[in-house]
Amino acid sequence: MTHVLKVILQEDSDDGVTNLSTRSNFDNNLKQLNELLLNMASQTEKAIKEAMLALINQDMEQAKAVIDGDNEIDDMEHEIHDKALLLIARESPVATDLRKINVALKVSSEVERMADMAVNIAKSAIHIGREKHITEIVDIHKMMEIALEMVTESITAFYSEDISLAQRCAKRDDQVDKMFGSLIQELLSFIPHNPNSTNQIIQLAFVCRFIERIADHSTNIAENVVYLVTGERINLND
Amino acid sequence: MASALMNKPTGKQEVQSVRQINKELILEVNNLEIFYGEKRAVNEISMVIEKNSITALIGPSGCGKSTFLRSINRMNDLIPGARAEGEIIYEDLNILSEQINVVALRKEIGMVFQKPNPFPKSIYENITHALKFAGIKKKSMLDEIVEESLQKAALWDEVKDRLHKSALSLSGGQQQRLCIARTIAMKPTIMLLDEPSSALDPISNAKVEELIIDLKKDYSIIIVTHNMQQASRISDKTAFFFKGDLIEYDATEKIFTNPSVKKTEEYISGRFG
Repeated sequence: MTHVLKVILQEDSDDGVTNLSTRSNFDNNLKQLNELLLNMASQTEKAIKEAMLALINQDMEQAKAVIDGDNEIDDMEHEIHDKALLLIARESPVATDLRKINVALKVSSEVERMADMAVNIAKSAIHIGREKHITEIVDIHKMMEIALEMVTESITAFYSEDISLAQRCAKRDDQVDKMFGSLIQELLSFIPHNPNSTNQIIQLAFVCRFIERIADHSTNIAENVVYLVTGERINLND
Repeated sequence: MASALMNKPTGKQEVQSVRQINKELILEVNNLEIFYGEKRAVNEISMVIEKNSITALIGPSGCGKSTFLRSINRMNDLIPGARAEGEIIYEDLNILSEQINVVALRKEIGMVFQKPNPFPKSIYENITHALKFAGIKKKSMLDEIVEESLQKAALWDEVKDRLHKSALSLSGGQQQRLCIARTIAMKPTIMLLDEPSSALDPISNAKVEELIIDLKKDYSIIIVTHNMQQASRISDKTAFFFKGDLIEYDATEKIFTNPSVKKTEEYISGRFG
């Protein structure tokens, strides 16, 4: 079980009782929509981790599995979009209900982009192949860990509609951006002394960029959480 | 025009209405309270209604919205024990004043009801009946008003060849548009619509909604509706009533995307009511 799922299932078990409101059918459907999204996010989180492991361990099989697994995540996105459109068509949601569906659509697209980043990382791992790593990729791994925490936080913030968690998540993006800047500098500095490893260096720089994008997508999700709860659009990416 | 609404001439008007400052307003409601005997149906509401716009009144049954609507052309006068306090300012006059000529008022502030209620007469006579009562006898003028009203009500093309057939031969949607034409014939400034399409099939409903949107260029429209989608589709502003209180009154797009009051959200999203 991935971290995202664990955190949220823990939270869910606390309230337990299902409320039967006047629109219980709609509420149940909305809950199912969010659960689908949660599964998709969980699958994506797993794909990102595995892509990173494939890179570190130079495991080509694992990298290929990540690439193949992306279809499933794409299908999940389509399922979420279909369900959301059906809810709009059949239930005529308004106000917060409508924003919830709108945000679920947007979040699912952000998550899908994250999954694409996992595929990109896996592809870079394949490009590098079994060539000896020119540098310890400890810092890249560190950056990835922060980005993964941001994924978990943004999705948890979405599910629990927690603005402060969303804001905390967005704050971490600055840290990722800084690490990205210095890692790129460092990688570029290797080129003059290692002209034969240029391909690897470029691929590692790409990986840094993909991780940085994962953090950006998390920030976008965090912004959507703020919009969901308050109805106001803010930019947390500054 | 305002003086025509007065039963008898009075001294200088004391009313300093918002309308004098803002010509875009057609009505100004100040601390309006409406009672049925001892029971208070509307609690001190204040709001302004904009000219050439559609204002939707929504809320659960018994919330006071129809009572409020009916007070605007004094239809509540017909209910024994009903009385209103406060002000509804129209053309610098308080509609609730005893000096108001209610018959003249209802010419300017027309009303269309939930169920189409054409007179059991011809289509033509449905429109001319009140005109004749108001003293218009010349046939050419009556013909002109009949055509103009039916054109405006988007009914002319459907009935022009059978104007002298019974109005009861029309479909429900056509009958309702005839009732709207009948109101238009009196050249009102405000049209009050009390759930005008709730008894109609979807196509007739769509036609009536299109008509209402089209009519706002000439009239100010206030509509009571239980259909949230209708309110969100056609109105410019929406007022939410609950237990006689005006809970929230704002631009329709605000009410239906991000209302300020939780009760409004619960109602429009179908969680009570």
